[in-house]
Amino acid sequence: MSEHDNLPERSSGSSPVDLSKGHVEGTGGLPARFENPGLPAHVHRHGDDDDAAARRSERQVAGLFVLSMLATVGFAVAYFAIDKNSTVTLPLVGVTNALHVALGVTLGLSLLGIGLGAVHWAKTLMSDEEIVEERHVLRSDDGARQGAIDVLTEGGESAQIRRRPLIVYTLGGALGLFAVPLGLQLVGSLGPLPKNDLSTTLWSTRIGQRDGKGGRKRKLMRDPEGTAIRLTDVTLGSVFHVLPEGINETEHPLNEKVKASVILVRLEESKIRSQRQRDWGIDGVVAYSKICTHVGCPVGLYEQQTHHLLCPCHQSTFDMTDDCKVIFGPAKRPLPQLKISVDTEGYLVADQGFAEPVGPSFWERG
Amino acid sequence: MSTETPARSADALRKDDDTSAPAKGAGAVGAVASWVDERTGTAKGFRYLMRKVFPDHWSFMLGEIAMYSLVILLLTGTFLTFWFVPSAGHTVYDGSYEPLKGIAMSEAYASTVDISFDVRGGLIIRQIHHWAALLFIVAIMLHMFRVFFTGAFRKPREINWIIGLTLLMLALVEGFAGYSLPDDLLSGTGLRAAEGFMLSIPVLGSYISYMVFGGGFPGEAIIPRLFTVHVLLLPAIIVGLFTAHIILVMVHKHTQYPGPGRTEKNVVGFPMMPVYIAKAGGFFFIVFGITALIAGLVTINPIWAYGPYEPTQVTAGSQPDWYMGFADGALRLLPGFLEFDLLGRTWSFNIFLGAIALIPVLFTIAGAYPFLEAWITGDKREHHILDRPRNAPTRTALGMAAISFYAVLFFAAGNDIMAIKLHLSINDITNILRLSAVILPPLVFWVTKRICLSLQRRDRDLVLHGRETGRIVRTADGRFFEAHEPLDAHTRWRLVAFESNRPLELPEGSDSNGVRRMGAAKQRLRTRLSGFWFNDRIEAVTPAELAAAHHRGEYEALEAAAVEDSHPQEFGGHLHGGAEEIGTSHAYGHLEEEKSDR
Ligand code: HEM
Ligand code: FES
Repeated sequence: MSEHDNLPERSSGSSPVDLSKGHVEGTGGLPARFENPGLPAHVHRHGDDDDAAARRSERQVAGLFVLSMLATVGFAVAYFAIDKNSTVTLPLVGVTNALHVALGVTLGLSLLGIGLGAVHWAKTLMSDEEIVEERHVLRSDDGARQGAIDVLTEGGESAQIRRRPLIVYTLGGALGLFAVPLGLQLVGSLGPLPKNDLSTTLWSTRIGQRDGKGGRKRKLMRDPEGTAIRLTDVTLGSVFHVLPEGINETEHPLNEKVKASVILVRLEESKIRSQRQRDWGIDGVVAYSKICTHVGCPVGLYEQQTHHLLCPCHQSTFDMTDDCKVIFGPAKRPLPQLKISVDTEGYLVADQGFAEPVGPSFWERG
Repeated sequence: MSTETPARSADALRKDDDTSAPAKGAGAVGAVASWVDERTGTAKGFRYLMRKVFPDHWSFMLGEIAMYSLVILLLTGTFLTFWFVPSAGHTVYDGSYEPLKGIAMSEAYASTVDISFDVRGGLIIRQIHHWAALLFIVAIMLHMFRVFFTGAFRKPREINWIIGLTLLMLALVEGFAGYSLPDDLLSGTGLRAAEGFMLSIPVLGSYISYMVFGGGFPGEAIIPRLFTVHVLLLPAIIVGLFTAHIILVMVHKHTQYPGPGRTEKNVVGFPMMPVYIAKAGGFFFIVFGITALIAGLVTINPIWAYGPYEPTQVTAGSQPDWYMGFADGALRLLPGFLEFDLLGRTWSFNIFLGAIALIPVLFTIAGAYPFLEAWITGDKREHHILDRPRNAPTRTALGMAAISFYAVLFFAAGNDIMAIKLHLSINDITNILRLSAVILPPLVFWVTKRICLSLQRRDRDLVLHGRETGRIVRTADGRFFEAHEPLDAHTRWRLVAFESNRPLELPEGSDSNGVRRMGAAKQRLRTRLSGFWFNDRIEAVTPAELAAAHHRGEYEALEAAAVEDSHPQEFGGHLHGGAEEIGTSHAYGHLEEEKSDR
């Protein structure tokens, strides 16, 4: 198809088209669109005509394959020869494990040698002449489609689907229900119901308690040392990470920690803004749940100057002088306060559990 | 069966046996091939497959990278299962990594530390596995962008678009499951957050969480359960879907970029044997090799440095793997007031929207896009020639807007790091990002669309006026022109081989006759969308326009001809004075030459 056919005679003098109008379709015998000029002629590469160049390529490819083999040998040598605890200092990387680096580099080179060799081979020596493959519409022809429909209808007729609705409905019912036992087993057995587990913590029970009665209040213990804390230990500006006494004797200490972990600080009483907050602490010593009310990370960062508690996960910030209300970030609710007092020996104890569920919100918390 | 066929002697029965004996000279390969073919009849299919043509373009390698990373993951993951102990059972560390000696931890964590320090070469496998996981998801996403921006999702490839999206979603979950297995401080924190996400689901949240974790968080069930999900359930589904994906690619035959000789009815490229086998097979080794090199040199996820999971501890700046960053960022941006109490129940939309709803919503929108676009254009044809992104400005702009939204969420996951690095308050950064999430996408849409349109205009200019040669020519009367060289037919084809959809027009009288039907409302919506998509479009140059451009340039060209005559050797093009003009006579000159060439 020559391009020439698509263009007007030079002397046709066809009236000029206004180009500012954008799209203009042809008049005067011009086709509406250009025609595909077809594949351009193949351009020869160096190696196609020059035997020396081709031999050079051959040597390069073989060289890469040899490099791969050498690296593979290197891997095996390194695997046996290098002590697993020896280190090596590399530029940029710093100090690393020598065996690890040696294995990674030799494995990498052995693979790269194969890969680069094969690609270089393909690019320089294999034919780079493009080939054309025809496409065909995906759609089956009408006969085949009708055939498929016929098979279905004939099959249905032979099974008497139309005439036996009873079978159809009962089969539908059986198929609809057969997955239920499997689903039931799975859903029913994967885990227990939450009941009030999310709303209670170890603080709401007492040490040595029987049938919900008796026992004594749980002490506040340092995390991780597990030692009790005297009121006098808590000096102004100090921060204690706290767990309930007896947590390691529970059935699932981790599960209890997730809910019962507490942060304890002493504030100047005058700075505390809410009376309730003052009442639930002693002499400015207050205890709050350490579990973020957003999605439950431990709120670990305490800024002494501002009395802000910061959650490292999504930066929710709680103001300890204002009942741990959220002053920034995605959390909504304040951290719940733990009501504390001092026992006869002078140790800090929890009077009762948290008044509300700790940690992330959930549907039933209301 | 029957004895009724004595007419055929045994010899006659054997007569057909040898039809597929190896061709002479085929040697051992031929013998094996013939052995197999006689038992499977695969020679025909094999020949077809080996001759299959694949077009060549760098952007087609993105899907390949994803495929190879998957293979690397399957391989290294299987290795890891030999030493990894999927158990939350308690143990005290007693391996060769000094800092952890004597510390209580789960068996999962201890075994991962062992893989890193006491299993020879275990660390390299672990590191390759993790790097390949990161690469896998990058590659899938870039591959998806390629498919989107070139319109490769159009008929008949919509199913593969959906399969691809599903694969991406599963890959994200698979990655998260794997990341959680070692039970280190970071991954435990991630799991804790995941539990918080589940709790935010209205009505069912706490039930789902207790089911998944087999009780309260963390419990002892989650590690073995995640293990099964990670090494069996999801890999099986991913491999199955991936196979379907590839089979469909074979059935559809690969798309190709517009170019001379490439049509909707053919596919132009290199045959599987030998070129593609060498290139693609070689490329597998390259991807694997680079992953191994990186794994050897750059440490990823040094779980030994984080320590075992402790619910009361957390490290500052804790961040998930990059592919979960956008969801984490969304959580950081959603303001707390989205949580409220209503009807005695807690609705935690500050969490639910970002952590639970976001991913399905994004994927649903992406999954619906091909059908939406097809509905708007009303185009029911098959498309095998890709769009250059500029030639589908609205689609490209929408895609870029979506990416910008994603990018804002992604960067929001680093709002604390940004605050420190930029010395800004985290509040300001977060508020800026919140604003950006709303403002940036429309802005990016607008800018991208303008860029596309101006690129299209430039293409038109090129076709109409040829390429600037940079050579200034002085005419007889002292005026200066820049010489322009017309495009040859092959180069030009690349620039004109596209169609612009035109906006639909509302059918006559659909408003005025007062008949309000559902169909009419739908039609109006469609018309409006079509206007939004295609109102400001730029169409490919037509032969008539090219001719007209030549015609208008005649005057200058005649003048220039005088100059040209004096340098016949070095000046093969035509001249360009004002903005638009080119000389007709010279514009056709090259065609004359071309014709005489053939
Ligand atoms: C399909 C994509 C896959 C992705 C995206 C993926 C991702 C991950 C990631 C991010 C980790 C954490 C690694 C670390 O830093 O310690 C991991 C661990 C692991 N993966 Fe995979 N994985 C995939 C497939 C597989 C397969 C197919 C298997 C096994 C048949 C497997 C077996 C394991 C094992 C045993 C671990 C824990 C051991 C360890 O972390 O060292 N993975 N995976
Ligand atoms: S978990 Fe604390 S801000 Fe998200």
